[in-house]
Amino acid sequence: MNIDHSKPLEYSTETNDMNIVGFWVFIGAEIALFATLFGAYFILEGRTGGGPSAGHLFVISTLMIQTFVLLTSSFTIGLAVNAMRLGRKGATIGLFLITLILGLGFVGVEIYEFYEYVHEGLNLQTSAFSAALFTLLGTHGAHVSFGLFWGVAIIIQLVKRGFTPATANKTFIFSLYWHFLDVVWIFIFSFVYLKGMM
Amino acid sequence: MEFFEQFAVPNPTPTIYLSMVAIGLTLIAVLAGISYFKKWGYLWREWLTTVDHKRIGIMYLISALLMLFRGGVDALMMRAQTSRAGNELLSSAEYNEIFTTHGVVMIFFMAMAFITALMNFVVPLQIGARDVAYPRLNALSFWLYFMGAMLFNLSFVIGGSPSSGWTSYFPLAGNELSPHIGTNYYMIALQIAGLGTLITGINFIVTIFKMRAPGMKLMKMPLFTWTALITNLLITFAFPVLTVALAMGTMDRLFGTHFFTMDNGGMAMLWANFFWVWGHPEVYILVLPAFGIYSEVISTFSGRNLYGYTSMVVSIVVISTLAFLVWVHHFFTMGQGAFVNSIFSITTMAIAIPTGVKIFNWLFTMWRGKIRLTVPMLYSVGFIPIFTIGGVTGVMLGIASADYQYHNTMFLVAHFHLVIIPGVVFAMLAGMTYWWPKMFGFMLNEKIGKWAFWNIAIGTCLAFFPMFIAGLDGQARRMYTYSEEAGFGIWNLLSFFGGLGLAMGFILIVFNVYYSARYATRDIGDDPWDARTLEWATRTPVPEYNFAVQPVVDSREPYWDAKHEGKTLFKDKISDIHMPNNSGMPFIMCVFFFIFGFGLVFSLWSLVIVSSVGIAVCLFLRSFEQDDGRHIHAEDVQETERKMGGDDR
Amino acid sequence: MKKQWLFSGLLMSFLLFLGGCEPLAVFDPKGPQAALLKDVIMISIWTMLGVVVVVFAMLIYMLVKYRSSKTPADYKPPIIEGNKWVEGLCVGIPVLIIVFLSIVSVQSTYEAESVPEGYKDQEPMVIYASSSNWKWHFSYPEQDIETLNYLYLPKDRPIEFRLYSFDAISSFWIPQLGGQKYAMTGMLTKLNVAASEEGEIWGRNSNFSGEGFAEQTFNVNVVSQQEFDEWVTEVHNTAEPLDEETFNELLEPGHLGQKTFTGTHLSFNPAPEEHTEHQGEEHEDMNEEEMDH
Repeated sequence: MNIDHSKPLEYSTETNDMNIVGFWVFIGAEIALFATLFGAYFILEGRTGGGPSAGHLFVISTLMIQTFVLLTSSFTIGLAVNAMRLGRKGATIGLFLITLILGLGFVGVEIYEFYEYVHEGLNLQTSAFSAALFTLLGTHGAHVSFGLFWGVAIIIQLVKRGFTPATANKTFIFSLYWHFLDVVWIFIFSFVYLKGMM
Repeated sequence: MEFFEQFAVPNPTPTIYLSMVAIGLTLIAVLAGISYFKKWGYLWREWLTTVDHKRIGIMYLISALLMLFRGGVDALMMRAQTSRAGNELLSSAEYNEIFTTHGVVMIFFMAMAFITALMNFVVPLQIGARDVAYPRLNALSFWLYFMGAMLFNLSFVIGGSPSSGWTSYFPLAGNELSPHIGTNYYMIALQIAGLGTLITGINFIVTIFKMRAPGMKLMKMPLFTWTALITNLLITFAFPVLTVALAMGTMDRLFGTHFFTMDNGGMAMLWANFFWVWGHPEVYILVLPAFGIYSEVISTFSGRNLYGYTSMVVSIVVISTLAFLVWVHHFFTMGQGAFVNSIFSITTMAIAIPTGVKIFNWLFTMWRGKIRLTVPMLYSVGFIPIFTIGGVTGVMLGIASADYQYHNTMFLVAHFHLVIIPGVVFAMLAGMTYWWPKMFGFMLNEKIGKWAFWNIAIGTCLAFFPMFIAGLDGQARRMYTYSEEAGFGIWNLLSFFGGLGLAMGFILIVFNVYYSARYATRDIGDDPWDARTLEWATRTPVPEYNFAVQPVVDSREPYWDAKHEGKTLFKDKISDIHMPNNSGMPFIMCVFFFIFGFGLVFSLWSLVIVSSVGIAVCLFLRSFEQDDGRHIHAEDVQETERKMGGDDR
Repeated sequence: MKKQWLFSGLLMSFLLFLGGCEPLAVFDPKGPQAALLKDVIMISIWTMLGVVVVVFAMLIYMLVKYRSSKTPADYKPPIIEGNKWVEGLCVGIPVLIIVFLSIVSVQSTYEAESVPEGYKDQEPMVIYASSSNWKWHFSYPEQDIETLNYLYLPKDRPIEFRLYSFDAISSFWIPQLGGQKYAMTGMLTKLNVAASEEGEIWGRNSNFSGEGFAEQTFNVNVVSQQEFDEWVTEVHNTAEPLDEETFNELLEPGHLGQKTFTGTHLSFNPAPEEHTEHQGEEHEDMNEEEMDH
């Protein structure tokens, strides 16, 4: 395997380089996926079929907690990659762990939020609006949850194997994924919650 | 007993029971045969676990031909049923299942697999690469596709097939109007296969962007590689839409959500929109690689370089962009008003412009050439007139007002078959025949091939031209029967004969494979067609490492220039070659996907949970796996090259 | 070469058929909208025939002239990269054709969507056509009549069909009067036609809607205004009134043949509203329909 030492470790081999390009393409597909989900949500937003509507449901407090937690976790994973570039293994793992814990917090709040919605009389089967809402939020939440498992797997590898081109590559790609989910959340925040509360 | 009743087919007839028995016996025979000849190990080592793009391509090819058979039998049954007024060969319920599976199988499991087969086999060779960017994912793609296809076909014997058309419009496909599980198969099998396609898309984009031979700039890529690149971009951006639509459809059916239902705010039109936002690009996903194949074949057999390379590339890009802007023309009649229809009418017809450019460029490629009418060239030459008729009727359908008369009639059916058969099937058969020697080391018999071509070409015309007339006379599509007075009888009878011609052509192709495998010479050299691009610069059949030495390119037709202008393609010395290891993981994981899908279809949650855990474990194991591949030593490469070629490079 | 002959033969027979003895439904219009669409179709066929002829001629020329058997053994085809004029022409001419057809398309689409030319001074007669598996319910609110699977239409009067469905998406189509349009749940679509000839023609659902789809047809009797009025009177004298219970029985999936009632189901089972997000801007009568959007 040819390792190019002039580049950062995560880009240092041909495979690594390709993995990162490929992941960007994958994010392209994910954008198409979320764009479709947003499209469905906008179209079905007003079709509440007698059930509760957006304005009736959304609560500012959980929203703020979720947003704060997820944005912070995006920041910490950025710091983790930075620490990795500086070769500081402990800091990388620590920041990575903090990211995952914040992610876990996000998922927890989201589950609580869903529980509240059901309590308010909005479940998956209530209306076209509820289905679109739960699907959009749920897909994002499922991505975050998947990220938690994936992140744990990478942390274990970082602990066991240290910084290698492969682990560095995985860490970096995970950070791309996580930032992407953050961006999606910003869209959800603006176009689902803020718009709904207006 | 109740547990087993859900697996029974809803409309059993002696034919279906006979088919079940036949399928069961075939399966047993295949398994017994493999055991008897002790081929399980071979099958596992060389095929089930392979990550070699060439073998994956061949597996796609075999699957595509099998699915062509399945879809073709469906088509024949439909044509037989409608061949005369008031025929009672099939009941309405059976007919509806058959045209549904015909469409799904042909588009998703035949055409998609066929283009993926050729892309897999050819693209890495054409760009001088040793494999695709992610060989392991490539295997995963194939097995996802394969399991999706098998799951879908299983519906024939277990539980019953979907019956609301390949477009599966809601609310017809919803629980209220289709209470049977058939549509679950549709939603879930397509989801699994679609995931495989999406992964292929990503894989090939990276392969083409990052793995081209030194010197092969984008504008020096062969046209087939160009079309593969654009097709995979289309896949990457169009398939997620289908993923979402299918997921929503699945939730409507399994979890009682109200995306597309008739009550609680559900909106059936949303399905139609999503389906065609994916569905129209899908047409170009299929047809663009076909255009690429024609470009290669026509150029090779005219003995000339491709005319207007740049305008060819530009037109592909324009087509792919327009592909996302025309979906409404699939339902001009949905009442969106004259304004919206006008816009989509214009974008639709505009696609004719880049397509026309391509037709004229092919014609000009033949101009002042030296045309050899081999089988691949025959398909290409036959493609031009038939596709032109299919294409101009497409423009006619694009006129929104006129579409109010064509929509949902046999006219439409004639149009899209006359586009897809010459545009995709002819291309695939041309490509298959053209690259066959590279795949298997012998050529298909030209004489039988020509007979097959004429059967297929004439069969296509005979099967579909009468449908234009039947459509204009008011025969709606998907009608399982019509009355004597309607006067459609003669056109449908002609169609049936055309269908028989197509069937004959298919039989001849299969016979050709058998005949040529048995009798054709193996001594054909590396370049039997006197071709122009890189895939012919390596050995026949292609060794697992593709190229002993990575080629260096400085023109659009590097191999032609190497043959005729004495340019050197292979400059380096042979050194150790790094190859990926085989892996059983993709196959095993996809078996879990199959179980997962089956569990979902019948809402057997225990199966779903078990298989989900299986998939998750596979993902985890993969994450922790350290596999840096293996090396083929330089001496071994030299040895292989000496055995295969004689001259050393 | 026999293939080319085959194609031209087929094409010729097709054309002969178009001008031939028994006209095809779409080419046998009985009203202004269908006549308009026929003209549009003929314009497009002739235009496209030009394209087909050019392509076929070029293909035959290339195949005849440049077959390897026709060229000298030592002939080496030249390298020709392309020519911007030729390629420009290959873009330019199709662009002109498409511009021409676009104008035809836009004009005729607007026309096909509105009250037919020559009938604009009359108030259209409204008929609700709703589909349920696998029947058509026709409600005449003006005449207070409801029929099943058949229509009486007065000649020379514009008719506005208001379409919707009780279940699967259906497509309401009377090829000899005009184009088709979908009937869907929860959304009202409109189709403007008029009949200019008396006689009996057929209509059907052309959009697949399940098992009984093939037989979901109906008869259309185009009669003079006087005969139409007589028919209305006769129905009021003889037919049973339609009540909710009877109507719900009618909605059950199946085929029922033709039936006639007085009163319409609209009184107890009203039609959906027009779906405004999906309509173009040209519907001026939207306000009266619009309720709680």
